[in-house]
Amino acid sequence: MLQIACPHCGPRDENEFSCGGEAHIARPKQPDAISDAEWADYLFMRTNPKGALAERWCHTVGCRRWFNVERDTVTHTILRVYAMGAPRGGGGGA
Amino acid sequence: MPERYLRQSVLAHLGLESRAVDDPGDAGLVLCERAHLGKVGLRGDPADKAFLAAVEKELGFALPLRPNTVTAGDDVTAFWLGPNEWLLAVIPYEGTPLAEDLVKALAGLHAAATVLTDSRTVIGVSGPAARDVLAKGCPLDLHPSAFPAGSCAQSLLGKADVLIHLHDGGARLDLYVQRSYADYLWRWLEDAGAEFGIAVLGD
Repeated sequence: MLQIACPHCGPRDENEFSCGGEAHIARPKQPDAISDAEWADYLFMRTNPKGALAERWCHTVGCRRWFNVERDTVTHTILRVYAMGAPRGGGGGA
Repeated sequence: MPERYLRQSVLAHLGLESRAVDDPGDAGLVLCERAHLGKVGLRGDPADKAFLAAVEKELGFALPLRPNTVTAGDDVTAFWLGPNEWLLAVIPYEGTPLAEDLVKALAGLHAAATVLTDSRTVIGVSGPAARDVLAKGCPLDLHPSAFPAGSCAQSLLGKADVLIHLHDGGARLDLYVQRSYADYLWRWLEDAGAEFGIAVLGD
């Protein structure tokens, strides 16, 4: 069980949250102008690193707000919690 | 809004009135349904001074801006639900006029007031074992040092989403639960509290 520090509510148990998958994946601005391979890359391909990974999380049963978490996929250490829309900074991998 | 004489509490089918006692005696867990408490959902931008001022004028007190805190007047309690979201609990069931007044007061602002009275019911929990019972199914730290009187928190209780409000003085907790989870949560509380002895109070 992870303990995640919600930017609003403070540290809470993982089962209060939902994970929204990898963060910082931009939707193509003109989906009809790109190839199927590029669209598939956007939809399905993820970095799946061994190490630091930026993920989106939502405090579903609490304040219901989304935010970004940088988590080490090997040790489960939470490296950083930062706001939606903020650039990813620090950390290696990914 | 339904006709008053047709209105039935969410837990009416459990026949709680017939089990209600005046004196809980030495029961460890004391439960009641606080049915028909008026509720209004409020959304708005806390950085907008005009929004905060309009709401404060209407309620007579300021909205809580710190996470998981509560402010209250005589008849209305305001819960922090999110950075731009609050729940107003209104005693007695007079949620609709308050919502209408708020809608008028917030005209022209990027804000919303919505009647949510029948979306949730409230289960009152008290008694010496109240925190021990909740701790069986809630990931929050319910120790008084971490969850002081007068605060609120949204969390899970036995897998149901709840808003927990610990009243000033700390003697009673109110659980705001979605009406479709209320029957499950009541039965969960009865199961979890059986070892401590349970008493049911009237509304």
